[in-house]
Amino acid sequence: MPLDVLSLRNDFPILKREVSPGIPLVYLDSTATTQKPRSVLEAMEAFYRTNNANIHRGVHILAEESTGMYEQARQKVAKFINAPSAEEVIFTRNTTESINLVAYTWARATLKSGDRIILTEMEHHSNLVPWHMLASERGVVMEFVPVTGEGLLDLEAYRALLTRSPKLVAFSGMSNVLGTFNPVAEMTRLAHAAGAIVLVDGAQSVPHLPVDVQALGVDFLAFSAHKMLGPTGIGTLYGRADLLERMPPFLGGGDMIKTVHLRSFIPNDLPHKFEAGTPAIAEAVGFGAAVDYLNKVGMEAVAAHEQEMVSYALERLEEIPGVKVLGPSADKKGGVAAFTLEGVHPHDIAQIMDRYGIAVRAGHHCAQPLHEKFGITATARASFYIYSLKEEVDALVAGIYKVKEIFG
Amino acid sequence: MDDLYRELIIDHYKNPQYRGHLDPNDIRFEDDNPLCGDHIEVTLRVDGDRKVTEGRFDGKGCAISQASADLLIESIIGKPLEDVKKLTKQDVLDLLGIELGPVRLKCALLALKVLKAGVYGLGEASDELVG
Repeated sequence: MPLDVLSLRNDFPILKREVSPGIPLVYLDSTATTQKPRSVLEAMEAFYRTNNANIHRGVHILAEESTGMYEQARQKVAKFINAPSAEEVIFTRNTTESINLVAYTWARATLKSGDRIILTEMEHHSNLVPWHMLASERGVVMEFVPVTGEGLLDLEAYRALLTRSPKLVAFSGMSNVLGTFNPVAEMTRLAHAAGAIVLVDGAQSVPHLPVDVQALGVDFLAFSAHKMLGPTGIGTLYGRADLLERMPPFLGGGDMIKTVHLRSFIPNDLPHKFEAGTPAIAEAVGFGAAVDYLNKVGMEAVAAHEQEMVSYALERLEEIPGVKVLGPSADKKGGVAAFTLEGVHPHDIAQIMDRYGIAVRAGHHCAQPLHEKFGITATARASFYIYSLKEEVDALVAGIYKVKEIFG
Repeated sequence: MDDLYRELIIDHYKNPQYRGHLDPNDIRFEDDNPLCGDHIEVTLRVDGDRKVTEGRFDGKGCAISQASADLLIESIIGKPLEDVKKLTKQDVLDLLGIELGPVRLKCALLALKVLKAGVYGLGEASDELVG
């Protein structure tokens, strides 16, 4: 059943905002961060109003309630990605921290000089820079699956790279620029057959389509709450229990320990071993509420709505002379349309759009190597989520014509 | 017309008077803004009194960065290098005639940064030059 977007939009207070008198907000930047439904805002406020306490080890009622709510959020997130158990869901700050956790613990405990890791040319900086840092520290060799002109991963080249015994394959489930959905299950199966561990950057894919870590077979999956209706400041690292058990801890401090002596400590059990210090408790509660909201809508419906939005956006954008959209056809991508307009810098596009209340992003979107690959320095990017309307695409198109008029 | 995109700015962007490269030149410097890919090169010729006789800029980028380079070169022809060293952020904003937020300010000030680094004979262009 298609989404009733108009009534669903009533759940998002910010979408009623006018950016200036008479100019309504047209929010086309959900790939950067999504807006939040009232249920998420209210869950976080209710937590602070009635339950707030630090979690674990407290005996009083507020501490017990807070601990229960925090752990219940973990259960919800685990179920959302069909993790075999909630102890395999580590709460982090965001996708970036989740990837860094793997780079600092699993990778530094496992990889030696000369070991190979495979990344792709379409990665976000968050799935590049942690590996650059590792490579320069440990002499690990980075290899890259090329992106084709169409904006897909070159799977033949991937198979060839896999014959060189890589230890890790780390790639994005969905590109934040091209929108490309990568074949996660197939790439994971091939990587495992070659003996590599698989980490998927799910920052874009988890919010946009049903994700089942057991069906996909991935070893690690990183994602952020704020890109799926939840608050900033909390993300997840899913990891296979046997891998997490063998990994050294990440940050040291309270909560991640079982016992501490002056000269030694014993790390705590999963998942607490990787959660040092007071975590983002209210944010976890908000994350749980966001997952509830998405479950209510249904991830199949979310994916279908985005598919419809991006098909319409590509159709409308491609009819504008001088506009070139990056990435594959609509059936192979999520709700992202990054584009260039001949003769106009993307910053100028975004700035003029802003005057009409249209929020689009301009720049390299933390994927500078991908832009270099396509021989451009920047793109303007419109992105969609469950609350996006075709009328907003129409506003975008009208905005582009306005830009063309100004730059005539 | 949108105030940020005054006709003046669009005009200097589309029909720059000082786009090019002087060879030979007495002063040359280039730099870029890696975040948005704006790039500017400035070449100048100066006379015996250390006055700017000719100037050109080359590069690519947004309307603000390219228009401010053109306006800036126009404003320094015939001026002593000592005066060029004294140019400030406000001088560029006055030339453009607009107010800018922090992100676009970097675009507007790239040309001034490049120009001053060249005139001072510095190895690199620092933000302190346009503070």
